[in-house]
Amino acid sequence: MKYEGNAIKYGDNVDTDVIIPARYLNTSDHAELASHCMEDIDKTFVGRVQAGDVMIAGQNFGCGSSREHAPIAIKASGISLVIAKSFARIFYRNAINIGLAIVECPEASESISEGDRVEADMDSGIIRNLTTGKEFKAAPFPEFIQKIIENGGLVNSIANGSIK
Amino acid sequence: MGMTMTQKILAAHAGLDSVEAGQLILADLDLVLGNDITSPVAIKEFAKLGKDCVFDKDKITMVMDHFAPNKDIKAAEQCKMCRDFCGEKDVTHFYDVGQMGIEHALLPEKGLVTAGNAVIGADSHTCTYGALGAFSTGVGSTDMACGMAIGKAWFKVPSAIKFNLTGKLNKYVSGKDVILHIIGKIGVDGALYRSMEFTGEGLACLSMADRLCIANMAIEAGAKNGIFEVDEITLDYIKAHGAAEPTVYKADEDAVYDEVIDIDLSSVTPTVAFPHLPENARTFDQIGDIKIDQVVIGSCTNGRLEDLEAAAEIMKGRKCAPNVRVIVIPATQQIYLDAMEKGLLKIFIESGAVVSTPTCGPCLGGYMGILAAGERAVTTTNRNFVGRMGHTDSEVYLASPAVAAASAITGKISSPEEVMS
Repeated sequence: MKYEGNAIKYGDNVDTDVIIPARYLNTSDHAELASHCMEDIDKTFVGRVQAGDVMIAGQNFGCGSSREHAPIAIKASGISLVIAKSFARIFYRNAINIGLAIVECPEASESISEGDRVEADMDSGIIRNLTTGKEFKAAPFPEFIQKIIENGGLVNSIANGSIK
Repeated sequence: MGMTMTQKILAAHAGLDSVEAGQLILADLDLVLGNDITSPVAIKEFAKLGKDCVFDKDKITMVMDHFAPNKDIKAAEQCKMCRDFCGEKDVTHFYDVGQMGIEHALLPEKGLVTAGNAVIGADSHTCTYGALGAFSTGVGSTDMACGMAIGKAWFKVPSAIKFNLTGKLNKYVSGKDVILHIIGKIGVDGALYRSMEFTGEGLACLSMADRLCIANMAIEAGAKNGIFEVDEITLDYIKAHGAAEPTVYKADEDAVYDEVIDIDLSSVTPTVAFPHLPENARTFDQIGDIKIDQVVIGSCTNGRLEDLEAAAEIMKGRKCAPNVRVIVIPATQQIYLDAMEKGLLKIFIESGAVVSTPTCGPCLGGYMGILAAGERAVTTTNRNFVGRMGHTDSEVYLASPAVAAASAITGKISSPEEVMS
């Protein structure tokens, strides 16, 4: 699977309360959640995000609440891939379960700047910064998780009988 | 190779003799939990699975606590969706207004979790039940949906940090101070993907309320779960609440830990986590004059009877500072009733505080105590992220019930000793 888009960059410990504030958790509508994505950390995000853009983050991205509304809001906003130094564990499994592409790559997270054009091939784990020409290698997912992603998430994996 | 407490529970639930850190397993679940915010998303996902019924109607629980009693029309519709689903699937443990409480206070009280269980909950503070010697972890709504359907969840077996507790807590120091001290020491990702296992002779001085509070905030250090070694205090609690027969798992002598951290409980002093991360822990020698606008005493972290007693001891016969709004929220109906019978509610009301029905409301900036721009709150909750309790320019200071009560009286962040001496 390949992804290409412009980088939108944030720092360490971005929590799910700023990704989607709790005042909007009275809905589970994807488009409505996307319209408030990142609102408490970056009010310009919704206005400038383009379909395919790549979110770059530091350590412990998605810490805090277990709300699946956070990866849903990011995915529905048009972000195709999140590259972080590390992810908080509930966000990590939620993203896999709903089919939001994520990858841990500290070097890429460090090196890519806001607005850079980024290309990523998740089959090979190669991430390219097309603006600077730099290339990074991320560790591939374990086979079990790769299968969930290939099946289009956990629900599909159970519905089609690959997990019983 | 020896296993940790968590690894033993996971191995048993995956039908394996042993597991090791990093291994991916599919484990059987004893309980699947959701609330009024996360369950609606799970119910929509469940519908896509093509299953007519849930895997076991007695092993699923939904608690209406976050925006309940319904804060607005949308919240009402979310609760209705949960109510309808539980009715249709004949879910035994559905807790609505009148029976509900804050989920992580309610489930142990109702005896729904016992030692040795494997529990998932679509709420990050599901790690609370580690206090009972269970493996218990927060997940998202999709995991909840799949757990409801097949009674299983996938896990990467975690490695662990062992916390060896020694000594005894001093007066006015509680489990909250211990966990804020620990998070201050290791950071908000200090235990990322790992277990925090609590053991040692110091356990003897920790009440179940202290342990539930400590395990509750394991997630604030990034941990997969927090778990306490089972002792007489745990077993007494489990029996008193009518939970199922416990299965006690002790870590092997040769269990491998990433790290062993010694905590001398007698050296812990009242601790406050400054905005905007729980790791910004400070003790009173590092805290100046900080005026506050609101105090919240409650939540899944600190809304238990012992917490209310600690606050009442300080607030008894004293008045809350002018211009400070003090909100006390007993975590369950039973705690509310017990607090009433013990005269605690009278103490709070006479001091100028309000007492609310159980709800998560203000902790996550839902309702029942939202902060305006520039306002500060001292709260016994678990997160102080930007905008957590309201406006993005407001500030949340995390503290114990004793510190919150002392601060309510003085109108600034204060240690219990400042008021009681």
